[in-house]
Amino acid sequence: MNRRDALNRVALILGGTVVGGAAFLEGCRPKDKAAAVAAGFPLSAETIAFLDEVAETIIPTTNTPGAKAAKVGAFMNTMVTDCYDEKDQKVFADGISALDKACEKAHGHGFMKASPEQRKELLTAIDKDAKDYNAAKKEVDPNHYFALMKQLTLLGYFSSEIGATQALRYVAVPGRYEGCIPYQKGDRAWAT
Amino acid sequence: MPDTNQFDAIVIGSGISGGWAAKELCEKGLKTLVLERGRQVEHLKDYPTATLNPWEFAHPGKQTREMMDQQHIQVRGFCNEANGHFFVNDREHPYNQVKPFDWIRGYQVGGKSLVWGRQCYRWSDLDFEANAKEGIGVDWPIRYKDIAPWYGYVEKFVGISGSKEGLPHLPDGDFLPPMEMNCLEKDIAQQIKTRLPDRRMIIGRVANLTRGLKDRGPCQFRNACDRGCPFSGYFSSNAATLPAAYMTGNLTLRADAIVVEVLFDKERKKASGVRIIDAKTRKTEEYFARVIFVCASTIASTAIMLQSRSEAFPQGMGNNNDQLGRNLMDHHYRCGASARSEKFADQYVYGRRPNGIYVPRFRNLDESSKRSDYLRGFGFQGNASRGGQSSLEGIGAGFKEEVSEPGQWTMWLGAWGEQLPHPDNRLTLNPQQKDAWGLPILDIDCSFRENERAMRKDMVASAAETLEAAGLKDITPFDNADAYPGLCIHEMGTARMGHDPKTSVLNRWNQVHDVPNVFMTDGACMTSSANQNPSVTYMALTARAADYAVRALKKGDL
Repeated sequence: MNRRDALNRVALILGGTVVGGAAFLEGCRPKDKAAAVAAGFPLSAETIAFLDEVAETIIPTTNTPGAKAAKVGAFMNTMVTDCYDEKDQKVFADGISALDKACEKAHGHGFMKASPEQRKELLTAIDKDAKDYNAAKKEVDPNHYFALMKQLTLLGYFSSEIGATQALRYVAVPGRYEGCIPYQKGDRAWAT
Repeated sequence: MPDTNQFDAIVIGSGISGGWAAKELCEKGLKTLVLERGRQVEHLKDYPTATLNPWEFAHPGKQTREMMDQQHIQVRGFCNEANGHFFVNDREHPYNQVKPFDWIRGYQVGGKSLVWGRQCYRWSDLDFEANAKEGIGVDWPIRYKDIAPWYGYVEKFVGISGSKEGLPHLPDGDFLPPMEMNCLEKDIAQQIKTRLPDRRMIIGRVANLTRGLKDRGPCQFRNACDRGCPFSGYFSSNAATLPAAYMTGNLTLRADAIVVEVLFDKERKKASGVRIIDAKTRKTEEYFARVIFVCASTIASTAIMLQSRSEAFPQGMGNNNDQLGRNLMDHHYRCGASARSEKFADQYVYGRRPNGIYVPRFRNLDESSKRSDYLRGFGFQGNASRGGQSSLEGIGAGFKEEVSEPGQWTMWLGAWGEQLPHPDNRLTLNPQQKDAWGLPILDIDCSFRENERAMRKDMVASAAETLEAAGLKDITPFDNADAYPGLCIHEMGTARMGHDPKTSVLNRWNQVHDVPNVFMTDGACMTSSANQNPSVTYMALTARAADYAVRALKKGDL
């Protein structure tokens, strides 16, 4: 899957534009770097581990490895550091603590201490909030932090080797093209 | 490095047109020097990303902050991490945009033939007669019958897959077997046939080998052409014409040779050779030949001619009529429509087809399709595919399952429209600014005008109409407002062919009217732009001009 395929796939999944998408395709402007450092990026190993758990809750290990195995936390760090503008960087950074506080409120302890069930319950609720927020969102309104985290999780996972070859199907050299082959519900999508 | 400076022929540029000039001239026995301003790119050897898996890129998802800065114009096209080494560094190769113009360039052996879109469509007399009939620009000095045998000649060597359709305005060629449409495309083609009898949807005609051709191909359906193909599955100078030229023993290829000017011998009233600067050592050298083919790409070829100033041509070689640099054209695109289908949930595809579908022009073909709001027309390119799930909601195992399955089928149609020639769409040499080699920087002043704007409305509306008639749902028209000229990378004109030396630069054989041993056969020669992808027409014109040049040389006319 090339980047455009990955991006198109995620844009379709999420029904809209991917934040930082153009930069993901084309690279980032050098001036972003200084701004990123000022905004607290790159993130600490501890925060990356936190993001790994968020990503793993969105795309868990099932019969195939999940987002943590695909190192999606590190991917998010890189993307937000290199490609996001200052506004979205702040939304993302504030979102990390907002998510942790929401967990505290709901379950009496932070996200890292929460059980998989508690994590799923929490993020399901936040995902719904983000969806409602987006439905009413005007263009000038800031993005919802969880929309960003979810986009990056999908993008990072499906462009990884694990995502492309295990969750999806990938053939390096197809050798031929067939325009109509039978498909059964449950068959995995081609990675590219 | 050549050990002599004297050749029979010099070809400036090694892209699609230069590669063909080299092959034809070498095969006809001329000792030929090909000068390429960029670096050497050897077929197979110099394709560093060709076989990388998606996750093997150096920056899987992060990236090259540099690219956006160093290639800030190239990235507006389709330059990316996998093919960026085949596009120029915009900081090293500046030009002035009097109006926004995206000049996409590949400075290396093979030029943009490494990364081209490979769509190949013959022109017809609908295109060659249009200027004369409508009183636009000047008349083409050739008609379809003049170029038809040369289309066949180049198609047989290139290897173009396609279907024969019997359309008078999109003539059939010598094709390899066509690629297959997928289920939704087949269905849409059928619906269009029934409900919109003025248009047809056919499989794209593409320079990918659906059968092996000599030692090239076949295409492996990886759809990674723009990285260079390890299977030689598509046509490029590097894979096809340059090796053929090399096999004759007559080819000398010199990379890193920036042509400064074509030298004029005022006694003989002919060009005597060219002066170059070595891109690396900055040493100046001169090479001499009896015939010169200028194939440096539309804008660069004309820039070289403008730089070729002499007593006889104070404003550039062949430019005593002030025509050189005028009538710059491109195609306008990045508009159309997309939609979704509820059919074929039980069908999918295998392989990555490096090709889409084509809807040939259907406007202004005759009285019944005549438009009152604009001249000429456009074609659609596009494809159907199963994308991701449209679901927004959820997380967890169920969500993962859902997003790992293909979603509904979607179809998109993009329109490619003709741009009329306009004398004020032009390029000139900036009188002050120089590049790193001391050569003048170009001022490019080009814009889409009234006819293109009126056509564009119809391009969007009729794309939506086509999808609607085909029974698709959720039709979404689109029109990217920042699609400036140049972005389509179909730049044409600036040294147009014509009957009259007063109003054109080249004659019917692509010969500079005033300098008979200089030929320009790339996009610069085009008198109008039609709406078809132009490369195969450059190839046919180049082979035709080379044939003429060698015959004229033998007769002692050059």
